[in-house]
Amino acid sequence: MNQDVHDPRVRELAAGPLSRERVLGFAREHGVPLVSDDRVTFIYYGSAEQVHLRHWIFGLPGHQPFDRIADTDLWYREVELPENSRVEYKIEVVKDGRGHWMLDPLNPRRAHDPFGANSVCHGVGYQRPDWTLPQEGTREGTLDAIRIKSHAFGGERLVPLYLPARYRKSGRYPLLVVHDGSDYVDYANLKVVLDNLIDRLEIPPLIAALSNPEDRLVEYPGDPRHARHLTEELVPHLEAKLPIIRRPDARGIVGASFGAVASLYTAWRYPGFYGRMLLQSGSFAFTDIGPHHRSREFDPVVSFINAFRAKPGRPSERAFVSCGTYESLIYENRSMAPFFQRIGLEVRFVEARDGHNWENWRDRLREGLSWLFPGPLWMTYE
Amino acid sequence: MTPRVILLGPQRFTPTVGDVVSEFGLKGPFALITAGWQEREGEDEELREAIGGEAVNLAIYDQANALYREDKELHLAIRARQTQLRELQDLYRMRLDHAMDAAYRLMRTEGKDEALIGPERESALEMVRSIDRHHLARVGEIRAQHDTRYRPLSREALARRREAIAQRIHDTEAVFIAGGHVAVLLNRLRLFELAPILHHKPVIAWSAGAMAVSDRIVLFHDAPPQGRGHAEVLDRGLALCNGVLPLPHASHRLALDDDTRVGLFARRFFELRSVALDPEVRVDWTPPRWAPGPGVRQLTRDGIAPWDAEATS
Repeated sequence: MNQDVHDPRVRELAAGPLSRERVLGFAREHGVPLVSDDRVTFIYYGSAEQVHLRHWIFGLPGHQPFDRIADTDLWYREVELPENSRVEYKIEVVKDGRGHWMLDPLNPRRAHDPFGANSVCHGVGYQRPDWTLPQEGTREGTLDAIRIKSHAFGGERLVPLYLPARYRKSGRYPLLVVHDGSDYVDYANLKVVLDNLIDRLEIPPLIAALSNPEDRLVEYPGDPRHARHLTEELVPHLEAKLPIIRRPDARGIVGASFGAVASLYTAWRYPGFYGRMLLQSGSFAFTDIGPHHRSREFDPVVSFINAFRAKPGRPSERAFVSCGTYESLIYENRSMAPFFQRIGLEVRFVEARDGHNWENWRDRLREGLSWLFPGPLWMTYE
Repeated sequence: MTPRVILLGPQRFTPTVGDVVSEFGLKGPFALITAGWQEREGEDEELREAIGGEAVNLAIYDQANALYREDKELHLAIRARQTQLRELQDLYRMRLDHAMDAAYRLMRTEGKDEALIGPERESALEMVRSIDRHHLARVGEIRAQHDTRYRPLSREALARRREAIAQRIHDTEAVFIAGGHVAVLLNRLRLFELAPILHHKPVIAWSAGAMAVSDRIVLFHDAPPQGRGHAEVLDRGLALCNGVLPLPHASHRLALDDDTRVGLFARRFFELRSVALDPEVRVDWTPPRWAPGPGVRQLTRDGIAPWDAEATS
């Protein structure tokens, strides 16, 4: 028996006869990973030469070996995890000298993204917000789409549109332009979130243009064609067709990661046009001197952010900036938030114990959207 | 006999307005006020279906917009007044936030001798009440200045519309006032000076409608996505009924399981009965007495509790 196991439940499991059925029953009963106070214990059961925890918590080694309970196929790894944390991970099992990454077979909790899925660990205190889930009785908006000719890019672009519940042509609506819009819907439940926040009167009924790139790594990190497409083609087209309020304070631009870079770049190219920015885990890499140390995809980002820092102007009026403390970009975002303030933006900066992922961005939407676009909650009693 | 005023809980998911119509044998015609729904004012099909009988929507939101187009000077004056009132509300909130934080901390403080902390708590509460009173007085001053200067009721376009609305109300058996945006609703009711007219008809009101016909309008939500969540006095209501502070959907908007918070609310507005106007709840006002329906709860200094039958008048 390994004396280093802190969690008594693991010791109890290891003390009895081990079988796949018993471990599965244990996982169903206690939930795996095991969470207690500021500690999480990951468990794997199966024959292997080594087992590793693979996660994306910046600041901790991304590759953490499991220990094996002597003479058994039961493996475990304890990790310190502050309260309210949410972590995505995989398990790497090494057999015949080759590592194989897998979802945690004992944990049914999953998060999806364009690259697949990860297992999810909730630290003490984290609870998925109810407004991210469909609620009975909530009035639902609709998803539609328009085709728009783009002279900036050439060809046509298909832009999905979110229209709020009880949409009417005689209404007047703010407009959100959302980068990676379909991913926001698929992986951050954007439609459900908008439905709920509108129904709860926390944000006003609004229209969202769910823009999607054709070549993200080219269009998002500082491409003037992209800024032109959104600002001179998409928004005017929508304003001509739909009852949109034509004011900067009713016009928001939203993005995460490179999408946040694209949002900032577009607002910077057209200062004052987008009065509201929601920037999540922005890939705001920059240098003060010398080369940057990120991948080549960041070259145009660094060029843009350096240019922006040199001549920022005043791209917008109000910016909600969020970032996970478990992502490397936290340092750039912590640096950019006060910079935005210095150039005259009203800024709210929020950190969360989460990583660079869609559910982190989902969980911040209520705070961000309701600050950028306050709803009539305080005054309305239905 | 139909009570003078009937206050109902929210009607969206569990409408009970039809039960009231049946219970008192109301046949109509009825008048509807749905101005709190703003541009959706006319979308009253579900309401008409629920109450049955002939009904006319007074359309006072739309009437006000038509009036503004006709009397531009009055429109500009009202806009200026509303801007002033909004700014005043912001200033009030600045003072209130600090006073409420202090009162709440004192209420939460444990382990102190009651003789020592009791007067401090009461003093902190009195500070909050004083800010509320001051705000209500300032709101009244701004409204009075506006009325003195522009004399809305003596303006032809308004008087003509008011007369038509009064006639419609006169021809009906009861008036139904729905919820929605409470300030929009109140302003339209005030604009056409409907209180003296509504005094002569049974009024059935819910949600923002219930707030607007009461003595005082208090905005509340314990956990808004932004802001501190301190309840705020907005204005006086039409005072068609007295002594009750209606709190629509209280179980959703207030942390009713937090005795300290509930107690603070009740003590702050001690001169009124703070009533949780939840779905399916009803209270009837036949002056000078209130009659609570089943399951009505009120906020008390000790927490949420059933309506206290000892003090129903």
